[in-house]
Amino acid sequence: MSEATPVLEGWFTLDEGKPHLLGSKCQSCGTYYFPQMRGEAKFCRNPDCEGDSFDTVELSRTGKVWSYTNAVYKPPEPFVAADPFEPYAIAAVQLEAESMIVLGQVVEGVNVDALEVGMDMELVLEPLADGKLTWKWKPAAGASS
Amino acid sequence: MSANDVVIAGVGMHPWGKWGRNFVEYGVHAARAALKDAGVSWEDVQFVSGGATIRNGYPGFVAGASIAQALGWQGAEVNTSYAACASGSQALAAARAKILAGHCEVALVVGADTTPKGFLKPQPGERPDDPDWVRFRVGITNPTYFALYARRRMAMYGDTLEDFAAVKVKNAQHGFENDNARYRKLFSAEDVAASAMVADPLRLMDVCATSDGGAALIICSAEYAKKIGKANAPRVAAISTVTPTYASEVVEMPDIATDSSAIVDAQSYRAALPKKAYEEAGIGPEDVSLAEVYDLSTALELDWIEDLKLCERGEAAKLLRAGDTKVGGRIPVNASGGLACFGEAVPAQALAQVCELTWQLRGDAGARQVEGAKVGITANQGLFGHGSSVIVKA
Repeated sequence: MSEATPVLEGWFTLDEGKPHLLGSKCQSCGTYYFPQMRGEAKFCRNPDCEGDSFDTVELSRTGKVWSYTNAVYKPPEPFVAADPFEPYAIAAVQLEAESMIVLGQVVEGVNVDALEVGMDMELVLEPLADGKLTWKWKPAAGASS
Repeated sequence: MSANDVVIAGVGMHPWGKWGRNFVEYGVHAARAALKDAGVSWEDVQFVSGGATIRNGYPGFVAGASIAQALGWQGAEVNTSYAACASGSQALAAARAKILAGHCEVALVVGADTTPKGFLKPQPGERPDDPDWVRFRVGITNPTYFALYARRRMAMYGDTLEDFAAVKVKNAQHGFENDNARYRKLFSAEDVAASAMVADPLRLMDVCATSDGGAALIICSAEYAKKIGKANAPRVAAISTVTPTYASEVVEMPDIATDSSAIVDAQSYRAALPKKAYEEAGIGPEDVSLAEVYDLSTALELDWIEDLKLCERGEAAKLLRAGDTKVGGRIPVNASGGLACFGEAVPAQALAQVCELTWQLRGDAGARQVEGAKVGITANQGLFGHGSSVIVKA
């Protein structure tokens, strides 16, 4: 288990080997949510469902690239940038079972030239410039290029 | 003229630019220009419908009243709408509904924005429940979203960087002829290619700026229009400000994920916006002479063309390459120059789209004139379920 602090509490498991994003699942209709439903009043956003109870679930940790890009310029606060700033890639990955697309940085060392729409990615944890752990996408082992 | 039409008796704009002056100044300028254009006196306006600006403190939240006060209180009723980039359309919808209900004959619709000095810094502290805080914290910026959509077009439809650059070149040619545009400079494809990459594949010239600006309309009932000799002026035939239908199909700023479509089918919000407008106006895309769309990025203009069903999904770049979307072509898009030449002034932008359609349908667009323009449509989208599509007929 990692001893580093996550950038967002309860957004992902801290299993460094096979981390999962943590989402919610409506107990009434089964719709998934990421991030989790939080706060006093939780309402299922399916307009045909009045559910207000949700289970915490581990989301699929693999998916296919829906699209990708990068950040060439340092984002504004609250982003904490490395100095000097190093551009990083970003991937929008489609999770199959949950049928949802989740954004995340791509791991260090993998830039847009190595990415393709449709390729397989897996979820890993990596620290941000301030040492806080975040989820990132990494080309899955044996990913077709 | 159908029973649901309201007449656009006058239009007016303050040029777009970057001066940081009080937004009320731009709003008054646009309002006075629209009143003069309509031949209507400020004293005769019965309803002031403003688009709010949320970067300018309390006066911005009540922009309709702020501008009415600057013009001089005269007892008209007032309403201010905030709907992100669709604020102007919501303000127009409020005025139109009042006129069609018979509660008002003539209304001023106005929106204006400015960039305050020392652009607001985010408040310090952690806000994990605020999606807009979260996405910046983990490194997702504004251009991220537009770049994802652009890359998706390249992968799905074979669009190229040259196609995106061609959108900028075309819009620059249009904006060059527009006195109200902020950027009036011709660009070549090479200029776009040479501009710095911001978020792959989008370069600096592929994304739009933020601007000061103001736009206003004087709209009225059909009877009032006859009284002032404007019976044949262009009219608003439809307004759509529908919200999305669950589940979202694409990741929308500032979210970190889409909805799940595991149980409920995914829906395209952008494609839903013009549907209600077409139905309300009783027309189809084949009847459209020109379109003003929200080109927050060059690639997004291509998405909009397809969302408006001006061509099949994936085919927009073909239209662009054939010259169809340039003034002089079959279906000009952003004859005004679009956001590429204006930059975005949130509460004024949707009204600026309607101003352009009005000039075009009157035959008053000068070097930008779309020959024989009879029907125009707008499309825009903002954050948190706000968007609009307005149809104007000659």
